[in-house]
Amino acid sequence: MSAALAPRDRLRLLGLLTPAYLWLTVAIFLPLSAMLFFSLLSDVPFGDAPWHVTADNYLAFFQTTTYAKLLWKSIKLGLMVTLACVLVGYPCAYVLAKTIRGRAREALFLLVILPFWSNSLVRIFSWAIVLRGNGVLEVGLNAILPFEVDVNLMFSTPAIVIGLVHSYLPYVILTSYLALQAIDDSLIDAARSMGAGKLTILRRIVLPLSLPGLVAGAVLVFVPVVGSFMEPRILGGRVGTYYGTVIEDQFVAVFNWPLGAALSFILLAVVLLILAVTSPVLRRAQA
Amino acid sequence: MNGRFLTIAGRIWLGAILVFLYAPILIMALMSFNASPFYQLPFEFSTRWYQALGANAEIREAALRSVLIALVTTTIATVLGTAASIALFRYEFPGKQALRILLFPPIAIPWLITGTAMLIFFFGIGMGRGTPAVIIGHVALALPYVIVVVSARLATFDATLEDAARALGAGPWMVTRRVTLPWIAPGIIAGALFAFAVSFDQFVVSYFLSEPGDATLPVLIYTAIRKGFTPEINAVSTIIIVVSMLVMLIAARYSKFGGER
Repeated sequence: MSAALAPRDRLRLLGLLTPAYLWLTVAIFLPLSAMLFFSLLSDVPFGDAPWHVTADNYLAFFQTTTYAKLLWKSIKLGLMVTLACVLVGYPCAYVLAKTIRGRAREALFLLVILPFWSNSLVRIFSWAIVLRGNGVLEVGLNAILPFEVDVNLMFSTPAIVIGLVHSYLPYVILTSYLALQAIDDSLIDAARSMGAGKLTILRRIVLPLSLPGLVAGAVLVFVPVVGSFMEPRILGGRVGTYYGTVIEDQFVAVFNWPLGAALSFILLAVVLLILAVTSPVLRRAQA
Repeated sequence: MNGRFLTIAGRIWLGAILVFLYAPILIMALMSFNASPFYQLPFEFSTRWYQALGANAEIREAALRSVLIALVTTTIATVLGTAASIALFRYEFPGKQALRILLFPPIAIPWLITGTAMLIFFFGIGMGRGTPAVIIGHVALALPYVIVVVSARLATFDATLEDAARALGAGPWMVTRRVTLPWIAPGIIAGALFAFAVSFDQFVVSYFLSEPGDATLPVLIYTAIRKGFTPEINAVSTIIIVVSMLVMLIAARYSKFGGER
């Protein structure tokens, strides 16, 4: 079907498409290429200092264990947050999609994903208010409980996990909900009438059919969490050193841009690997 | 297991999640009306932090800058995105699928990576940091959202209407303006609101691209939080969250976030 575009149509097509894709080229694709180039330099090529092409920045990742350990720490954080989002969000999506009907469902769905479209930085900050020592959570719990409890979760790994789950939970609920909603109820009725129990229906019908949506949600959570730096900084304090914060430091504090570029590219490789591994399932989600 | 019990458990689960999602935001908002600068309880109502905001020129300027950047971003992203969506909808050509796939990197690659890459590139071409760089970055992040939302609306458009208009003698511009655009207007409005939200709430890319004296609101808040926070930040944060939630509520009237309609 490629052949038959009249020359005039081809011109119109180009006129409509070029601005958007030119913009993406200048703002996304050229910068990524520039970063690849930078990651292979010995020094920034702006000043008078001599620079040459080198693989040292990548070697730095493999020669010392510091960066690899931090990357692993970030990946573990990503897995933890993703798992929590899936365990909390999938049942929620199921309740919304299969047990609530009509306008109530629409309203509740909107309510669940609305926070996701509000400022993530502000939401992380709101957890700092709640979790700090002598904060609302501590005072509140002590008002209810008969014994004194000491909850200062601020500047700890649980605080980071809570904040990140809060940030990304709506992703899993959104994608799972859309997948679950698409399952024909008569399929479930048929299974039930043939004697399948609730667990069997869940394992053999609901879960397999909604898996693409669930996986899409999990990927959408995992990818940004591995690259997160603002959340660990605010909620983690001193324990909040992650792979993302080290990259941030290279650009805003230490000014070792070539090393930062190399570390960013290694992160990009991890992200692409995750996308490649999950793409067979994700492609089913699009269909 | 009892079905009734499961239904109730499900409702409780959903309710608990809503509490989890909204409680910290509400507490933050509440604390912005608390007189104590150290978040001390018991609660004592006061609007002093909002008054302090009004007197804080730095925050006012940052807020104005954020809104301006979001408006410019919205305009550019909506026009370019709508044009691209119409092209992708109307014409069949080789490489179309590839062009659709190219929309994903801005969404799927962590902003930390795109943000630092933009910083390097804009320095490399001699432009450096600043508001123009921030706008270029924001438009790139917002474009895919506009294209996805407008394309979703276009998918419900009957292309034979265009043929009919053409058969009646309308030129391509006339067809677009009188037939296509009116139909997809709700999609364009929703896409524009998404673009506004993407820009107004954007922190990571702005953080790397804005000049120190030239920060957007989220960047200013981040710097302030790291210095130790005051209820003034609660007040400005509360305003931000109310604004972006309102924008999304309006957007929801025009688009169902990919859901049914």
